[in-house]
Amino acid sequence: MYGYHGQILHIDLTNRKTWHERKPESWYQMYIGGVSMASRLLWENIEPGCDPLSPENPVCFANGIFAGTPVPVGGKYGLASKSPLTGFVGDSLSGSWFSVAFKRTAWDGIVIHGASETWVNVLIDDDRVQFRDAEKYLGMGTFETEEAIREDLLDDQVRSATIGPAGENGVLIANVTNDGRQAGRTGHGAVWGSKKLKAVSVRGTNGVTVADPDTLMKMSFEIIESSQGPDTAKYRLLGTATNVLNMNAMGLLPTRNYQEGVFEGAELVSGEYLEEHHKVKKIACAQCPIACEQVSAAKQGLYAGAMTGIEYECLYANGPNCGISDMNAIIKMIDVCDRGGHDAMSNGVTVSWAMECYERGVFTKEDFACEKYPDGFEANFGIAEAGVTITEMIRDREGLGALLAQGTKRASAQVDKERGTESYKWAMNIKGLENPGYDARGLKTFALGLAVGTRGGCHNRTAAYDPDIKGVVDRFTVDDTRGELAKSTEEYAAVYDTLPLCKFIRRCFTGKADRAGAWPAIAALINATTGWNYDYDDVDLIGERAFTIKKAFNIREGWTREDDHLNYRWHNEPMKTGPSAGHVVSVEELEYMKDLYYKAKGWTPEGLIPKSKLVALGMDDVAEEIGV
Amino acid sequence: MITSTSKYKYITCDPDKCIGCQLCEYVCSYTKTGEYNTYRSRIRTVRVDEILITSIACRTCENAPCVTVCTRKALTQDEETGIIHVDADLCDGCAWCIEACDFGAISINPITKLAEICDQCEDEEDGPQCVLWCPKDALELTTPDRRAQRARHKLVTEEALR
Repeated sequence: MYGYHGQILHIDLTNRKTWHERKPESWYQMYIGGVSMASRLLWENIEPGCDPLSPENPVCFANGIFAGTPVPVGGKYGLASKSPLTGFVGDSLSGSWFSVAFKRTAWDGIVIHGASETWVNVLIDDDRVQFRDAEKYLGMGTFETEEAIREDLLDDQVRSATIGPAGENGVLIANVTNDGRQAGRTGHGAVWGSKKLKAVSVRGTNGVTVADPDTLMKMSFEIIESSQGPDTAKYRLLGTATNVLNMNAMGLLPTRNYQEGVFEGAELVSGEYLEEHHKVKKIACAQCPIACEQVSAAKQGLYAGAMTGIEYECLYANGPNCGISDMNAIIKMIDVCDRGGHDAMSNGVTVSWAMECYERGVFTKEDFACEKYPDGFEANFGIAEAGVTITEMIRDREGLGALLAQGTKRASAQVDKERGTESYKWAMNIKGLENPGYDARGLKTFALGLAVGTRGGCHNRTAAYDPDIKGVVDRFTVDDTRGELAKSTEEYAAVYDTLPLCKFIRRCFTGKADRAGAWPAIAALINATTGWNYDYDDVDLIGERAFTIKKAFNIREGWTREDDHLNYRWHNEPMKTGPSAGHVVSVEELEYMKDLYYKAKGWTPEGLIPKSKLVALGMDDVAEEIGV
Repeated sequence: MITSTSKYKYITCDPDKCIGCQLCEYVCSYTKTGEYNTYRSRIRTVRVDEILITSIACRTCENAPCVTVCTRKALTQDEETGIIHVDADLCDGCAWCIEACDFGAISINPITKLAEICDQCEDEEDGPQCVLWCPKDALELTTPDRRAQRARHKLVTEEALR
């Protein structure tokens, strides 16, 4: 088998045992890698219905098909566990050196079972596994832990995925981090923390064998050349932060906890401002010629010294959405998240929920008492130091931070129960995952894509904002095209998330990002890597299968049609100002679009998957378990 | 003490341009071994403190210390080009050359356990492949003198424009 090792490594933390499992080539042809293979490994290895923080919830890594080859932006891996935030599939992507070093070991996937009694660093050294004591790394930040492990092992070729203090402390919105990149969103850090798994390290010395290395090299460098032109200019020059002014102009920039879509301080938090005043260096993941990561620093004032990569999603969440226009403070908040190891998006949306609670009198100044401010502090929107301090309290689960560390769904439910309030009305999450930086009241196709998403409020797993923003459809109304559009865009995204290739390369194959522009080139890359004979349709099926295995997982965990919903505010409260003012996504509109979507997917009106559909996708064993 | 180099060409990297993508390592390992294995690259990407990024390959020192310390005379330096050649029959992987190199530019092949050093792709018609393929034009094959000339040129241009 070319491009793969043909085997999965299993590690049992409880009994400190390992074993390996060989998989046939047909299995790889179905699930490829990334989020699809990771979700499939989760499907195969979990105890259905288990508590996400119990030993029965496995940690599943799946590397990319192109990791370790020169195929640009192919150095990525998928990570899946049952999410403690949503109770459904938690599938994330991260990339860079970890992925490349992982490819050079002997494994395509790693499944970590059980839980350790003491803190552990699992080292995968080619085909060998060591359980290293991780007690001394406790309390270290993510970047710091990686460096300390390299120091201890005397080798800078060792790459580690780690959790920071947030994951150790059981913060539910905690991430896993490697090489400064995050496997984010769905609470992997909390799952690792529950297993006392501080870090997974890899060192690989083997070469990567592909079917046709000459062709792969040649194709790779053609794509690399075009990746230096206009097709990636947005990402190379200002990065995704360029979205701030674009979204603001459309009235879609979440402001003060999604109360408005236009932020008066947008200029001060724009990609352009960041470039001029805070930019330190543009850096790339391993195997990437684009270099989108805009490393930025707070250069003066209270937060001087804070430095991390700044992109749009973490910027909107901690900036406009908290009413904060002080870029130094925003960089500090994101720096605290990245080093402490919790999700900067969920952090911003949770801080903004707490700020709205404060403004509405649900929380008082005293509720924010902490070591730094023993009498508490005022937490109105726009108070930068409040944003920074609440972020630190979440990381440390200090004081009110312990409540907020659960994310907005659980925090609002607990507060409403204890205080008789209705703070769920401004808890901006879907399925328990905090929402992304595009207000769905002004993007109706996207609203559907988010509602039916398998991992909750996530812009990465659906590209349904694309037809809305590009004006392919009227973004304020619904019509009978939306079901097909949501299906098409989520499966499009799933192809990239499964290979995985970073989506920022999508225009570099032929200049056109659509299926016709990209799928033939991707098929050729797959064939040169594996020796298979993939064509357009095979590539297209990768996306449908990826989405189907995740949906199947959710169904087995008890998903019903009612779970595909938006949050209260988007259904009931229109924005008052700006180009998207006056609109909500009514329940009727959403239910209508859901009908269209389930039909387009070939599912039942209840959103369940017919046996015949699963069999047609080659997923017979899944059909046995959840097919109707 | 850093050993000096002045007369020979070597591959240099501009840290302002380098993004740390490692594509030089892929190209190198592929050119030299026929497989994709950045672990076996003769040029190495280095990242320190997240933002200091560059790549390092053999600097072709004059009177190269790696050659001097080799007890088995496995390393020889080409008088014309300064390129260090390793005789695989003589090398026993003792790693003294690695210790002698101030630039950390020599590595031991994990499979053969012998020393490997950048030879500027002297067998390739179009020269060093990493230089050819670097997407950011951060790498070049140059001499210290040429770099100094360019620095002077840049200084003069900037002062004239001021």
